[in-house]
Amino acid sequence: MTERLQVRFEALKKEGRAGLVTFITAGDPNPETSLEILNGLPEAGADIIEIGMPFSDPMADGPAIQLSSQRALNNGASMAKTLEMVSSFRENDDATPIILMGYFNPIYRYGPPGFLNDAISIGVDGLIIVDLPPEEDDELCHACLTTGLNWIRLTTPTSDNNRLSSVLKNSSGFVYHVAITGITGTRSAEIEELEATVKRIRTQTSLPIAVGFGVKSQSQVRDIGRFADAVVVGSALVNTVKSALERDLAKQQIASEVHDFVKELAAGLR
Amino acid sequence: MNSTAPITDSYRSGPDDSGHFGIFGGRFVAETLMPLILEVDRAWQKYRNDEDYLADIRYYAEHYVGRPSPLYFAKRLTEHLDGAKIYFKRDELNHTGSHKINNTLGQILLARRMNKHRIIAETGAGQHGVAAATVCALFDLPCVVYMGETDIERQAPNVFRMKLLGTEVVPVTSGTATLKDAMNEALRDWVANVEDTFYIIGTCAGPHPYPEMVREFQSVIGRETREQIMQYENRLPDVMVACIGGGSNAIGLFHPFLDDSDVDIIGVEAGGMGIDTGQHAASLTGGQPGVLHGNRTYLLQNDDGQIRDAHSISAGLDYPGIGPEHSWLHEQGRIEYVSVTDQEALDAFQVCCRTEGIIPALEPSHALAHVMKIAPTMSKDQIIVMNMCGRGDKDVFTVADALGEKL
Repeated sequence: MTERLQVRFEALKKEGRAGLVTFITAGDPNPETSLEILNGLPEAGADIIEIGMPFSDPMADGPAIQLSSQRALNNGASMAKTLEMVSSFRENDDATPIILMGYFNPIYRYGPPGFLNDAISIGVDGLIIVDLPPEEDDELCHACLTTGLNWIRLTTPTSDNNRLSSVLKNSSGFVYHVAITGITGTRSAEIEELEATVKRIRTQTSLPIAVGFGVKSQSQVRDIGRFADAVVVGSALVNTVKSALERDLAKQQIASEVHDFVKELAAGLR
Repeated sequence: MNSTAPITDSYRSGPDDSGHFGIFGGRFVAETLMPLILEVDRAWQKYRNDEDYLADIRYYAEHYVGRPSPLYFAKRLTEHLDGAKIYFKRDELNHTGSHKINNTLGQILLARRMNKHRIIAETGAGQHGVAAATVCALFDLPCVVYMGETDIERQAPNVFRMKLLGTEVVPVTSGTATLKDAMNEALRDWVANVEDTFYIIGTCAGPHPYPEMVREFQSVIGRETREQIMQYENRLPDVMVACIGGGSNAIGLFHPFLDDSDVDIIGVEAGGMGIDTGQHAASLTGGQPGVLHGNRTYLLQNDDGQIRDAHSISAGLDYPGIGPEHSWLHEQGRIEYVSVTDQEALDAFQVCCRTEGIIPALEPSHALAHVMKIAPTMSKDQIIVMNMCGRGDKDVFTVADALGEKL
């Protein structure tokens, strides 16, 4: 198994704080700007980076991430380019864990064995494939784990204890807990309820637990960081890209607005 | 026939317990949806053979929908084509004007048994939306129908019908603003409203158990056809033809005949402007296997796995996928899948109006166009059964437009 995730979570534990997971969509709004955003994320305070592989029909995502996928696809994003982007990030950063998030169809077309080999060889640490539940583990999960990539799964408010055990069974790296019932980037969770759910998941796994969906502000990051091992911010970041585009900002300015927002979020955990 | 052997000696035994027809089907959904899918599956398994449930469906099918629908000998069309005898299975005479209500009825009666108090649905042409809105009015349940903005424009009469029936029609602007996006949006609604909502999917696609469930509700078409043709002709037809978007009317007609090897079965996809133009909705003829909307099936997509836009003059066939059972039957070679163009469908539409006094929907006009190709090549003692799965009132504006007439 790649070790960057484990090393990073151990370091965070020593520091006594939760980590910040930042989500960006590969190629959003275009390949150059997206790479510039990616390269600056660790310095801005991202502990783990989640990169969305654009898909035309992201059924578990809200409007913000769907629009970011469309911007990327309109500007030539592809699976190959997503992998190239990670590869060029790795030239200067071999420590920050990188997780690829997406839907199964583009991987299925790419060819699962080839995709897994390419991903691990360029320095990807794990996958979150939204539409592959435990019932479909034969499709990619088993081969992913054999290849040495982490297989990160979502738990949800509707996962009861029975369901949790099948979800956790082939999970590795960390557990991504979805704070709300719904899609990304919409409503926010009640903190007390969320904390109780995270506690319940901890009784079933020793993996670190990251919490995401609906996390938009420094104060939410701070609140969730008190009981989770990491906090994921996604839609709010891609919305920053959108808002910068609407103001016709140049590439460097778009990236620096995203980085400033990440700094602000990261301060909530320090 | 290709050489791949079926899983068992029957073409009617699928899906397996995990919802697969060979490699097709399955449950490719986000974890947020899994508990809901499993809950629907448990309810479906519990009630599918329940006598009260089935009696309920039969009661409404007879008294409310108007089943059985006639199997009608299209004498003038037969004479016009001067070949095989042509029968129409008249599912366009159902209440609401298409086969869609066979399915919405079965699903809403299941939703009621599951104590779900809110219904959502997606729709393309609006026929499924109207059928869902209708049963929701009948059973007094609030209903939200997601419909692509593009489809709302070209299917205005059905949008208004849904509103009259008390349904909220939500325009979908994301993606390409058509049926596939409406389905994405309905799935998003469902994960956000897990406690009280039941999602009535309109075709034999989606995560297991939907493809099986929808097939079972629609198979009433084929079961009736079997009895009727035996009564009229004392034998099974030589050929059966139905149009295919997602494929629910087709699987409903075909399924009871899959193991009758003397019956040739033909599914007709929407060839749009022609397969080689790329502007079509023929997933089997012009697509590759992929994963979308909860199942593996043939999809229109590019080399990077991005879903392509479908095109058809018929909004009801304008979907880049197809039910997984059709993908399996295609690979098994049991069903022959062909395509006809927009223009061929339009021509068939007009022939049907004038020879039979039936204004067909543009969807079955595709099936009819293929019937018009093959009937003249067959002998007069041979029999074709075609599913007339919807009536064309909703399409008169589209057809007028295509014929250059102003209404």
